[in-house]
Amino acid sequence: MKRFIPWMIFAILCVLPLIGLSTYALHILVLVIMWSIIGMGWNILGGYCGQVSFGHAAFFGMGAYTAGLLYFHLGITAWWGLLACVPVLTLTSLVIGYICLRLRGAYFALATLALGEVLRVTAENLVKFTQGDLGIMIKQRTWVDKTWYFYIILLIALGTFILVKKVIESKWGYYFVAIREDQDAAESMGINTTLYKTIALCLSGTLTGMAGAFYMNYMGYIDPTVVFPLYDISIVTVMVVMIGGVATYWGPLIGALIMVFLAEVIRSMPKIGAAHQTLFGVLLIFIIMYLPNGIGGDYRKLLRLFKPKGASS
Amino acid sequence: MSLLEIRGVSKHFGGLAALTDVSYEVNKGEILSLIGPNGAGKTTLFNVVNGFYAPTHGEVFFKGEKVSHLKPHQICKLGMARTFQVVRPLQRMTTLDNVVASAFLRAKGKAEAREMALENLRFTGLYEDRDVVSKGLPLGKRKKLEITRALATQPEMLLLDESFAGLNPSEQNDLVEIIQKVRKRGITIMVIEHHMKVIMAISDRIVVLNYGQKIAEGNPKEIGSNPLVIEAYLGEAMDA
Repeated sequence: MKRFIPWMIFAILCVLPLIGLSTYALHILVLVIMWSIIGMGWNILGGYCGQVSFGHAAFFGMGAYTAGLLYFHLGITAWWGLLACVPVLTLTSLVIGYICLRLRGAYFALATLALGEVLRVTAENLVKFTQGDLGIMIKQRTWVDKTWYFYIILLIALGTFILVKKVIESKWGYYFVAIREDQDAAESMGINTTLYKTIALCLSGTLTGMAGAFYMNYMGYIDPTVVFPLYDISIVTVMVVMIGGVATYWGPLIGALIMVFLAEVIRSMPKIGAAHQTLFGVLLIFIIMYLPNGIGGDYRKLLRLFKPKGASS
Repeated sequence: MSLLEIRGVSKHFGGLAALTDVSYEVNKGEILSLIGPNGAGKTTLFNVVNGFYAPTHGEVFFKGEKVSHLKPHQICKLGMARTFQVVRPLQRMTTLDNVVASAFLRAKGKAEAREMALENLRFTGLYEDRDVVSKGLPLGKRKKLEITRALATQPEMLLLDESFAGLNPSEQNDLVEIIQKVRKRGITIMVIEHHMKVIMAISDRIVVLNYGQKIAEGNPKEIGSNPLVIEAYLGEAMDA
């Protein structure tokens, strides 16, 4: 029964556009699914392998710019970016891994944080290549309607989900978790920790980059502050997984759902709207204090809260 | 025939010489104990042999191959496994998953790794605890888990760093039994130990370190009567 749940959710999502959702509702759904892909990508590296990155905007932005630059310089459709970002992001991850993966814990997190910012500043200043702050605009988007975008991102999400599940249940998954729990112990168990951390980073970076390439196609416009920001991408990525549940299959989806809806709701509120990042911060503190495994990991605790007092067992 | 050869190994941390010119051999199939007062350099020597530290001078040979420039995972692949003084189970994994993760080194697939892990858990008597998250195991079982995990890599040589420390007498006896069973499998063992009773019971040979230098080597009887060893442990004899 349990193994059919992903397919059931996939089927429900498949028919959703057919019942005539508004363009706005569909847009929110697309964002939720896109964020769940970024979350799943981050989860491989940060959740399972324990290398917490605060710089996933670097991968997201690289993916988006791969698609955008292909369109801008070669004049081919930006959809090629989805394919092209696999080698580009693997290479980027190898370089970033070579620099950052020798660092451990908080130092790794700080290095990735810096890398995201370095790439943003680079994209802003390579004006000839990236158009700098002008950004890249796709003059004619593939579809006006959002339905096809929805199906494409849904398909990518399904592929990502299956890939992550396969990887985590294999030898790689065991090795990732072993490295998270104790890197020295893992090393002395015969695990090449450098190699497997690099693999986790490549997988994580490529998946995040694909979400970025999709974003370029979907939104039709990117500039460095849109795809490389620290708060709106890197931190939100961490929050999606933290709130949903670190190192769980469903955590990124739950987290993406909550974060995207929350962002929309808070932004639409008068006066409070501008302070959405403050509210996110408060939420994160609450989650870390009371639900350290996220909603996906600690849902039993949550259920107990809502049960009437007399009925508790 | 010697399986492990330590040849003139020194290890300096800045100005501190943790090991100075230590040489000895471990023969195939024997149990060799490494003893010495606190701070004598026993764990440092393990870390050099196991590949965590590169020696400042000297070389380590394992199965006739120079290993002192290799990384721990490469040395493990060659057939040397170790445990840690302060137990380091993979806390948020179950006992079984801990061992499966390490069995993957030799297993071809997940099914085989699981099979090997279960077999090793039965061997050390942790089979009943296989589904317990290892953080929740009592110390005695966590120490056993480390040994099981090391055995699952199918080593030819096992390094045990104070596996007996903090165990009650019945757990100690249990562990002695396991070590003797391991040896019957033909696995060479080098242990760091403080419990003299255990050392005398299990060792074929003993090497004594003091202030990073080897001060004695021999069988338990010779070591027990060696004046240098007695001095290191009990202090100099006073002239009355």
